[in-house]
This record gives sequence, C-alpha cells and structure tokens, in this order.
Amino acid sequence: MENVKRKNPIKTAFQKLLKNKMATLCFFILLVEILMVIFAPVIAPYGYEEQDPAIRLRPGFWGIHEEEALAMGGVNPQDIYAEGHILGTDNYGRDIFSRLLYGGRISLMVGFVSTAMGLAVGVICGLLAGYYKQLDNPIMRVMDILFTFPGILLAMLIIAMFGVSTFNAMLAISIWSIPSFARMVRGRVLQLKEEDYIMATRSLGATDARILLIHILKNCLPTIIVIATMRMATSIISISTLSYLGMGVTPPMPEWGGMIAAAKEYMWQRPSMIFIPGIAVMITVICFNILGDKLRDILDPSLRD
Amino acid sequence: MRKYVLKRILMMLVLVIGMTFIVFASLYIAPGDPAELVAGVGATEEDIERVRESLGLNESFFTQYITYLKKLLKLDLGTSFTTKQPILGEILVRLPNTLNLACAAMILSIIVGIPAGIISALKKDKLVDNVLTTGAMVGISIPNFWLGTMLIYVFAVVLKLLPSGGMTHFFWTPTGFQQAILPAVALSTSTIASFTRIGRSAMLDVLQSDYIRTAKSKGLKGTTVILIHALRNAMIPLLTQLGTSFGVLLGGAIITEQVFVINGIGTYLIDAIRKYNYPVVQSTVLIIATMFILVNLIVDLVYCVVDPRIKYE
Repeated sequence: MENVKRKNPIKTAFQKLLKNKMATLCFFILLVEILMVIFAPVIAPYGYEEQDPAIRLRPGFWGIHEEEALAMGGVNPQDIYAEGHILGTDNYGRDIFSRLLYGGRISLMVGFVSTAMGLAVGVICGLLAGYYKQLDNPIMRVMDILFTFPGILLAMLIIAMFGVSTFNAMLAISIWSIPSFARMVRGRVLQLKEEDYIMATRSLGATDARILLIHILKNCLPTIIVIATMRMATSIISISTLSYLGMGVTPPMPEWGGMIAAAKEYMWQRPSMIFIPGIAVMITVICFNILGDKLRDILDPSLRD
Repeated sequence: MRKYVLKRILMMLVLVIGMTFIVFASLYIAPGDPAELVAGVGATEEDIERVRESLGLNESFFTQYITYLKKLLKLDLGTSFTTKQPILGEILVRLPNTLNLACAAMILSIIVGIPAGIISALKKDKLVDNVLTTGAMVGISIPNFWLGTMLIYVFAVVLKLLPSGGMTHFFWTPTGFQQAILPAVALSTSTIASFTRIGRSAMLDVLQSDYIRTAKSKGLKGTTVILIHALRNAMIPLLTQLGTSFGVLLGGAIITEQVFVINGIGTYLIDAIRKYNYPVVQSTVLIIATMFILVNLIVDLVYCVVDPRIKYE
C-alpha cells in the first residue's frame, strides 16, 4: 500500500495565512513585540521604577535637542529632549520606553494566561455539553447565565469579591472568556458527532474518552484557534481597562492601561504620556483581531458574523 | 406564537434567578465581614454582633438567599453601607445619566453603523468598502477609555470646543447634546464597528439570494430592490446585534462614565467596589444585568414579529 502522508491542516493554514500581506504584517508585528517584551530587561535602557527627578515630564525624540537649544537661546528646559529617553519621561522622571516594554510584558502575559485558562475550561465544558445530551442543558444554562453580565461587569464582580490584584484580574478575565469557548465548541461537537467517521470509530470499539479527546477535539482545533486569537484581543483590552480603573495591575508595576490613567493628570504638560501606551494597546489589539479574522476565513468560515 | 412568547418569558425568569444567585453567592463568599464594615471603625464586639443579628448574617446561606429574593420582589435593594440610604433611591438618581449616555451611543451606532455596512456591501471590494472595513477593524480594536481621554485632550483641552465631562441634561437638549457628544462617540466606536461588519455581511448574503435576482430580473430599479427587498431581510441579523450591543454599551458606559466624570451607575459601582460596599455592588450589577436580559427579551419578541419563521422552530 502506498504511504499517503496527510498534511497537517494547521500547517497548511499557516502557509495560507502568510500569503496574505496584511496577516503577515500583523504576525510579524506581534512577533517582534512579543520578543521585545520577553527580552525587556535586556532591551529596556532603564528599570521600570528607576526615577530621575531632574528630568520629569520631558519630551521624547521629537523634543528640542540640547545643541539646538543652545543655538536658540532661552528655551524652556521642559521642552528639551532628555538624552537616552527616546519616548520621554513621566511625572517621576521614569523612562516611558522602558515602562512601555515592561507594561507590555504584563498586558501580553495576562492576555495569554487568561485566554489559556478560559480556553481550557471552556473547551472542556463545550466538549462535554456537545457530546453528552444529559450534560448539555445544565452546562449551557450556566453559560447563558454568565452571558447575562454584559461586557466587563462579570470581571468587576469577581474583582469586587476577591480584591484588586493582577492575579484576580487575570482570573476574572478568564472566567469571562469561558462561555465564548464553550458555546462555539459545543456547536462544533454537535455537528461532528453526526459525522460518519465518528460513528465508524465508535463501531470499532473506541471509548468515549478516545473519541472526544482525540477525534473530536482534533477537529475542533481550527475553531478553538480562531476564538483564542480573538479572545487575546479582548483580554488585552480588558486588562488595560481594569488597570485604568485601578482594578487590575497595581502600581508601581507598569501596565498600559494604568500608564494612561496616571498620565491623565499631566494631559496639559505631556499629552504623549497618554498617546503612547494607547497606541501600543491599539496596535496589539488590531493585530490580534486581523489575525483572528484571517484565520477564521481560512480555518472555519462558518464562524463569520 | 403564544407558546413562543411564554417560553421566552420563562427562560428570562430562569436567567434572572440564576443571575441573582451568582450575584448573591459571589459576595457571600467574598472575604471580609460586612457586619464589621457596617458597624464602622471602633465598634465593640457586641456592636458588631448586634449588626450581624440585624442584618440576618447568622442565618444559613439559603435562608439568606431566600430573604434576599423576597426583598428584591418588594424592590428593596437594601441600604448602602457608606451613606446608610436606600440603594434603590441612589440608583434611580444615577440611572437616567447612564441610560442617557447608552441611548445616545446606541442612536449614533445605528445612524452611522448600519448605513456604513450597507454602503460597504454595495461597493464590495471598492475603495469605499476597504476604507469602511479598515475603519471598522480600528473601531473594534480601540480601547474606549483611551479614545475618550484623547477626545477630551483634542476637543476640550486643545480646541476648547466641548466640555471635558459631566452630564446634567438629556442629550436632546442643546446643553445635553454638547455634553453627550464626546462620551457617546468614545462609547459607540465598537458598536458602530460591529454594526458595520454585521450589516455588511448580512447585506452581502441577501444580495446573493435568488429572490433579489428575481426582483432585478423583473426590471425593478436598483434602489427599489435595495431599499424594499434587500434591506428588510438584512435587518434581521442586525436586530439580534442590537440586543447584544445594548449590553456592550451598558458595560462600556461604566468605563466611559469614569473617563468623563459622569455620575451614573457605573461610577456608583466602581466607587462601591473600592469601598467594599457590597450591597451597592450587588444591586448595581443586578440592575445592569436585568436591563440587559430585558432588552434581549424584547429583541427576541420583536424578532418573532419580523421573522415569522422562528415561531415554528
């Protein structure tokens, strides 16, 4: 018999993804970003808590450079670029670029961990609800109830309950992601269950666990990847929103949302302090959303809104 | 028809009860002793015990939950730990501001998002479509607290055109309109974007269907086909989105209120979370979630009038 090598569908999807210019761009932006935040201690010129009161609220590279200032004569020292701080300094004289890197670490880590936790629980619930009829109603009604809390409200309730900390915010966001995974996976399982090959596998004597964990889960993978990518975007917005409200990452640990909240007071003197972290959140979220969209078109077009 | 309506209402009741259970249970297991918080600083052991007795905190979990439900039926939301005032009254003072903001944002989403989606579908793959779909992508990705802060900076601080915050009038009055415009824009970007995306794909689906081809082949004018035949059917998925979006807007209003210093229930909730004011947290979460469930019920019922097919399912 000729040995037919089956292509790995995920690998094929990835190759297709890289044919799309927009998706490739987003993928590389995220890759660079992830590497930068992982190696933040190496790349960041300063520590995130390192203060220099002499250079508070200075502009970044767009400010007036020292030699220009000398040539111009009387320049407000506040407008002079502080050497080495390419994105300027904040109200404590801390380097914004370094804080951006360390902040991104937290944002991306929280996004990743909370998506992973939500994924694990949600996928298990979805698999069980879709496969076992008697579990369908109890599990899905709980998911419906979780869905009655709009937006970030459920996360806030959880934080009200356990108190403010990075871990609790992460937990809250992951609980909030559970129903999205559960619903989509359940829907997919209901379709797959009726497929001939599943019946065939069962008639060969495969156990439920084997069918669920190997055959069905494998075929749910495209759906799961698409939702996970999109949830990453939501989770990153959520953690920065919670930090902005003072319910997520607590200072002095930098987080993009928290940096924006702290910068609000200095809007008059240094608006770039608000602008920079916001752009960072937006670029990250756009990239995840675009990747999610393209992956959906390739892997599971049925998920289209 | 009646069966469908009854079924929906019953489901709604189950959801409301389930939701009250989660709200009650989550704060029941929260660490910290409410009796100590109510009794205040410097209260003696006996004072705390008396407060605990009067609040019924010595009862079992289920007795407390049933008492809570009974009180809810009488619209008694309890009293705030900090102000000692009835919570219902405090919420009713703030709710109009939140609804004012959410409704302004909803109207903005409908008048911008839906036409954008339709235009995008009609001009598929043209420049307009690309601009609108890219815009929608940015819209769903922009954090609304950041956009709000940036809008304040540009329109209130630099240009001095609009107030930087506060909300004292309804959005249809001249002062109210000025106050509502920035928060409504900040709040509605994600819903505008989702209306555009869903409107576009709904319209594309409809335009490819057989009956549109029939209508066109009968020689009907393009605009008639689009406005009368296509639009009506493309509205159905948008209607579902309307319900979901209302929830998104209510959730988002909590944050937008913080950015624009609006005294709504979002501000009330966040303040309560910071002060461990559990009854207020419970009640505000309850009110927001109940409103969301009710809106979804209304959408479901309207759905069944608009799309009679659903009754037979």
